[in-house]
Amino acid sequence: MEQLLQPVAQLFGPLWPLVWTLVKIVAIIAPLMICVAYLTYAERKVIGYMQVRIGPNRVGPIGLLQPMADGMKLLFKEIIVPSGANKGLFILGPIFALAPALVAWAVIPFGEGMVVADLNAGLLFLLAVASLEVYGVIIAGWASNSKYPFLGAMRASAQMISYEVAMGFALICVLLISASLNLTDIVMSQGKGMFHDMGLSFLSWNWLPLLPMFVVFVISGIAETNRAPFDVVEGEAEIVAGHMVEYSGMAFALFFLGEYANMILVSAMTSILFLGGWLSPVGFLPDGFHWFALKTAFILFLFLWARATFPRFRYDHIMRLGWKVFIPITLVWVIVVAVWMMTPLSIWR
Amino acid sequence: MEFKTFVFYVMAAILVFAAVRVVTARNPVHAALFLVLSFFSASGIWLLLEAEFLAITLVLVYVGAVMVLFLFVVMMLDINIERMRQGFWSNLPVGALVGILLVVQMALVLGGRYFGVEAMPAPPAASETYSNTREIGRLLYTEYVYPFELASLVLLVAMVAAVTLTLRKRKDARHLNPAEQIAVRREDRVRLVSMPAEKDQQP
Repeated sequence: MEQLLQPVAQLFGPLWPLVWTLVKIVAIIAPLMICVAYLTYAERKVIGYMQVRIGPNRVGPIGLLQPMADGMKLLFKEIIVPSGANKGLFILGPIFALAPALVAWAVIPFGEGMVVADLNAGLLFLLAVASLEVYGVIIAGWASNSKYPFLGAMRASAQMISYEVAMGFALICVLLISASLNLTDIVMSQGKGMFHDMGLSFLSWNWLPLLPMFVVFVISGIAETNRAPFDVVEGEAEIVAGHMVEYSGMAFALFFLGEYANMILVSAMTSILFLGGWLSPVGFLPDGFHWFALKTAFILFLFLWARATFPRFRYDHIMRLGWKVFIPITLVWVIVVAVWMMTPLSIWR
Repeated sequence: MEFKTFVFYVMAAILVFAAVRVVTARNPVHAALFLVLSFFSASGIWLLLEAEFLAITLVLVYVGAVMVLFLFVVMMLDINIERMRQGFWSNLPVGALVGILLVVQMALVLGGRYFGVEAMPAPPAASETYSNTREIGRLLYTEYVYPFELASLVLLVAMVAAVTLTLRKRKDARHLNPAEQIAVRREDRVRLVSMPAEKDQQP
C-alpha cells in the first residue's frame, strides 16, 4: 500500500498529508451517506413488516431505489425562508444539525488501525461532539421565529442535556474498566479475560459486566437522537414537527440526514464501547470490520424495533426517567464498578 | 512561518473577532453564538498547547452545557436593545477604568521577572505515550486532592443554594405518580355492563 501510494505522494509534495486525510474523510463520509439513505429504506421496510404491511416496493426492484427518489425530490424543492425568520441562522441551523454527526466519525475505529485520527482522548472527543448536536435544533427553532419550532427547540435542549449526563456516567464506567480514553484501546481491552480464553469472547465484552450501563446507554442513545419513543421534539400530534416546521427542500433533508447519521453514530459507539467493536464473538472466527458493521446494524435494528413497538412517552415522563431514574442508577453504578475494581474479585486485571 | 504558528494566528484572530462581536452584536442570541465561537477557538489554541483534555473539556462543559442553558434563557427573554444601550456613556468611565486596570495587571504579571515569556522555558516535548488526561487525573487525586475536594464542595453548596432559592411549592400543581399510573388494571377503570339487546328494531 505504502509503495503503491509513493508516486502519488510525490506528485502532491508537501500537500500530501492534507490530500491523504481528505481522501480518508471522503472514504468515510460517502459510504456513510449511502448508509443513511438506506437506513431510511430499512426503517420503512422493517416497520412495514412489523405492522403487517410491505413498505415501499414501487421504485426499483423491491423498492430499492426509493431513497434515491426521495433524495431527488427534496433536492429539487424550493427552500422557503419565512419572512420573519433570522435568515443567516435559519440556514445555519440544518448545517449545525448535520456537522457534528459527521465530525464524530473522525475518531471511530472501524478495525485495528482503521481510524482517521487515533486520538488519546477519543471518548472525550465523542462526548464533546455529541453535546454539540443540540445546537442545530436550538438555532433552527429560534431562527424560524414561530411558536411550534421554538417549543420543539426548548424540549430538545432540555431532553438532550438531561440524557447526556446519564450517557456520560455510563461512559465513565467504560473508561474506569478499560483505563483509557482511546477508542482502539477500549476495544482491545474487551478482548481478554476468562471467557475470551475459553473461546467465548462475546461474554468478555463490556456489555455483560456493565449490563445496567449498557441498557442505560442504549436508551439514552435513543433519547439523545430524539427517536421514538422519545421523539416529543417533533411529536406531530402536539407540535406538528417541532424545529422542522418551517423547513422545506434540502434544508429539511439536512435535518433528516443529521438524525439518521446520529443514529448510526450512536449505534457505532455502542458497538465499540459495549460490544467489542471489530472483535469476533467466538474464538475460532477471525476479527474484522464485518463484525463492527454487524453489531452496528443490530443496534440500529433495535432503534427501529423500539420505534415500531412503543408509544410516544409523555414529556414529563421523559424528564423523570432521565433525572430520577437513570442518573441515580448510573451514579451508583460508577461507585460499584470503582469499588469492584479495587476488591480481589475484580475481573479486569 | 511554521504551520503551527499559522494555525495559532488564525485561531487567535477568530477568537478576538468573536470576542469583540460578543460585546458589539445587537442581537443577544447572536452574541451568545459568538461566545460559542470564541470558546471553540480558545479550545483550538489549547489543543495546540497539547492540552487535549482541557481543550475538549472546555467544549464539552462550556459549549455543550453552559452555553445551551445560556441560549435557552436568552431566547426566552424579551430584551430591548435600545434600553440596554441607554446607560452606555455614563458607564463608560467605570468600564474603561476596570479594563485599563486589567491590562496593567496582566502586563505586570506576564512582563514581570517571574512569569514572563523569558522566565518560562518551553517544556520538553512530550513522549509518544504521554497522556494529558492521565497526568491531570494523577495530580488532581494525589497532590491536590484536598483543594480539589474543597472546590467541589463549594460548587455543591452553591448548587444547593441556587435550587433552594428558586424552589417554590406550587399549590395548584398536581403530582402524578407514574408507578401508580402503571399499576392500574383494567378492572379499576372499566366496568362491563351486560345489557339485553333491543328486540324490536326498526329496519
